[in-house]
Amino acid sequence: MSEAHVSDTHLPVAHQFEDEEQQFQSYSLGMWVFLAQELLFFGGLFTAFIVYRHMYFDAFVAAHHKLDWKLGGLNTLILLTSSLTMALGVRTAILNNYKATIGWLLATCALAFGFMGVKYVEYSSKIAHNLWPAGDFVFKQEGIDAGGAQIFYGLYFTMTGLHGLHVLVGILIMGWLVFRIYFKRKEVVDYIPIELTGLYWHFVDLVWIFLFPLLYLIG
Amino acid sequence: MSAATTSQHKGSVNYLNCDYSLKSWLTTLDHKRIGLLYLIAILIFFLIGGSMALMIRYELLTPEGDFLMSDTYNKTFTMHGVALIFFFLIPSIPAVLGNFLLPLMLGAKDVAFPRLNLLSWYVFMAGATLGTIALVAGGVDTGWTFYTPLSSTFAHGAVVLAVSAAFVAGFSSIMTGVNFIVTIHMMRAPGLTWSRLPLFVWAHYATSLIQVLGTPVIAITLFLVGVERAIGIGIFDPKLGGDPVLFQHLFWFYSHPAVYIMILPGMGVISEVIACFARRRIFGYDFVAYSSLAIAVLGFFVWGHHMFVSGQSMYAGMVFSVITFLVAIPSAVKIFNWTATLYKGSIHLTAPMLFALSFMGLFTIGGLTGLFLASMAVDIHLHDTYFVVAHFHYVMVGGQIIAFLAGLHFWWPKMTGRMYPEGLGKLSALVTFIGFNLTFMPQFILGYMGMPRRYHSYPEEWQVLHVLSSAGASVLAAGFLLTIGYLIWSLWYGEKASANPWGAKGLEWQVPSPPPTENFEGKPIVKEEAYHYSPELHEEEKEYEHV
Ligand SMILES: [Cu+2]
Repeated sequence: MSEAHVSDTHLPVAHQFEDEEQQFQSYSLGMWVFLAQELLFFGGLFTAFIVYRHMYFDAFVAAHHKLDWKLGGLNTLILLTSSLTMALGVRTAILNNYKATIGWLLATCALAFGFMGVKYVEYSSKIAHNLWPAGDFVFKQEGIDAGGAQIFYGLYFTMTGLHGLHVLVGILIMGWLVFRIYFKRKEVVDYIPIELTGLYWHFVDLVWIFLFPLLYLIG
Repeated sequence: MSAATTSQHKGSVNYLNCDYSLKSWLTTLDHKRIGLLYLIAILIFFLIGGSMALMIRYELLTPEGDFLMSDTYNKTFTMHGVALIFFFLIPSIPAVLGNFLLPLMLGAKDVAFPRLNLLSWYVFMAGATLGTIALVAGGVDTGWTFYTPLSSTFAHGAVVLAVSAAFVAGFSSIMTGVNFIVTIHMMRAPGLTWSRLPLFVWAHYATSLIQVLGTPVIAITLFLVGVERAIGIGIFDPKLGGDPVLFQHLFWFYSHPAVYIMILPGMGVISEVIACFARRRIFGYDFVAYSSLAIAVLGFFVWGHHMFVSGQSMYAGMVFSVITFLVAIPSAVKIFNWTATLYKGSIHLTAPMLFALSFMGLFTIGGLTGLFLASMAVDIHLHDTYFVVAHFHYVMVGGQIIAFLAGLHFWWPKMTGRMYPEGLGKLSALVTFIGFNLTFMPQFILGYMGMPRRYHSYPEEWQVLHVLSSAGASVLAAGFLLTIGYLIWSLWYGEKASANPWGAKGLEWQVPSPPPTENFEGKPIVKEEAYHYSPELHEEEKEYEHV
């Protein structure tokens, strides 16, 4: 949805709006409403997680011990840093310092790739240890319900997978922004698309801030 | 309401004749054209879902299951539900009339995000294509509710395609919701304060809130069903200890509010039609406006009434039952206020008004029988019987489809520049009312006597009631086909419509019929409240010329 907003930027004021103010407020309100939708989208998964955690508490605790909290922590650090670089990108865009904006956006992209790299390492090790819930899932531990553990990993892969998909979409949008600022600088006269992408990116970051303790930390 | 622009554009360029090429339609950013694109798309699904209803009623003519075998019968009622709920009722009024009218009613050139609007149509068509493929590739036999573990493990057929279709169509609905919320907040003409908004706009605001906050929950739920079936990640799988009741919670968290996505816009239409043809401001405007919001908010907290017999705790059931009774209050507020509006109004029984009156009767029955089902003790007897089927259809068909027809007739002159034939319009309102009641009234009795839904055979003593119902269905179908027929006929042979054939208030009536692409010449300024009618004055001025 953010692409739809972004694509209007080469016109200073789109035909349906009266002035820049109305346009700017509409775009940011649209983004916030979209993020409310995203919140409910992840909300369904969080609800499922909490319900099952309650039902299979021991299995969930045992299963979460097999996640590497250090890698999860590293990824938290990476995403938090990327939120900072993104904020700086927005700041420089408002100040019309397009070279710095490109730099910060590329830095954010690099961090996002780093996040996906760490995820790749984590996913491969889980799959290698037979923890892929749709394959030959093996979880043997005294007194632990393997079915509950399998549901934990089902939720783990679904939640982090959908979150990772959002990171990938963020990378695509940022790449596109960099492309447009670099090649069509004269047409890109306002910072709205960068600010909107910033909002989206902070949201993706925020989802992870909830996912990390829920999946990796609490016992 | 008054606008700065009232000039007539007879025979000049409008949004329909400005460009006839197919490309201009498929790439249009004009909200009016996008509304018509939606109209064509949902008409196709109305016909598909409607013919399945006729097949169901044909099967039920006799007690034996002979015309459709059980498997085919299951697939038929499933696709009847999926087609009509996800691809007809949910987009019906918002995506067609809402798209067409919101910017006009707000005095705007377009919605806030025209590209997003067009994208929503393409996303809808993508979902519709998936749904059609699912239908052709073997169909689905789970019922439109996709309950697990039937849908995720045991069902035959194209479940993954069908849930993907609903998933994709859901995002089209979310896009419309986002667009409308921003449009209503940001695009109002000078002077058009919230308390001056037409009630149609209030209704759509409430609808959009549900679309944005409810639809993502069903999206993720159907996603999990799809993932479980296609890849094997079992979140609801009982073999692992997964909880099918959790699916039901998540499903109804959207699907109960979705009922309000399907009825609130209809209530918006009824407010406009009744105010116009009673020549009175809607009685208790504020109450009607806020009752839409109350329905939207309360509607999010009643989903458990679908699960009284699903093993949900009794205390949860009691809470859900009480809140369900509460949500009936704002609906009743609307009915009372419309009735009070009619009192001492100067009533004109045009076709849209007849449809609106039909709505008031049918929706009242649909709403009140909902209270039977909201009482836990009664629901244990009535759950999953034809009583539920009848209740649901009274609200969805008697409510939303009849309201859609009221709106379609009311704004048809504005949308097409042509009048529909008034006599046939009145006939259609009458035929659909009779056909509808004949179809569904016997189903209340059948349900009360214990006829379960979703069976193709039944004991012989119920045949009379089933025959009555099937006969009603053919009358209803004839009414709908008649309507579709003369509306299409009127596109070429209908009388040319003036800018305001009803003498109605509202900005949309101050632009030519059909409106020019940019809607308003110059910028409209609103100086008065909505529905500033005065009956006596209008009678003298003969501003009301039609009929
Ligand atoms: Cu409900």
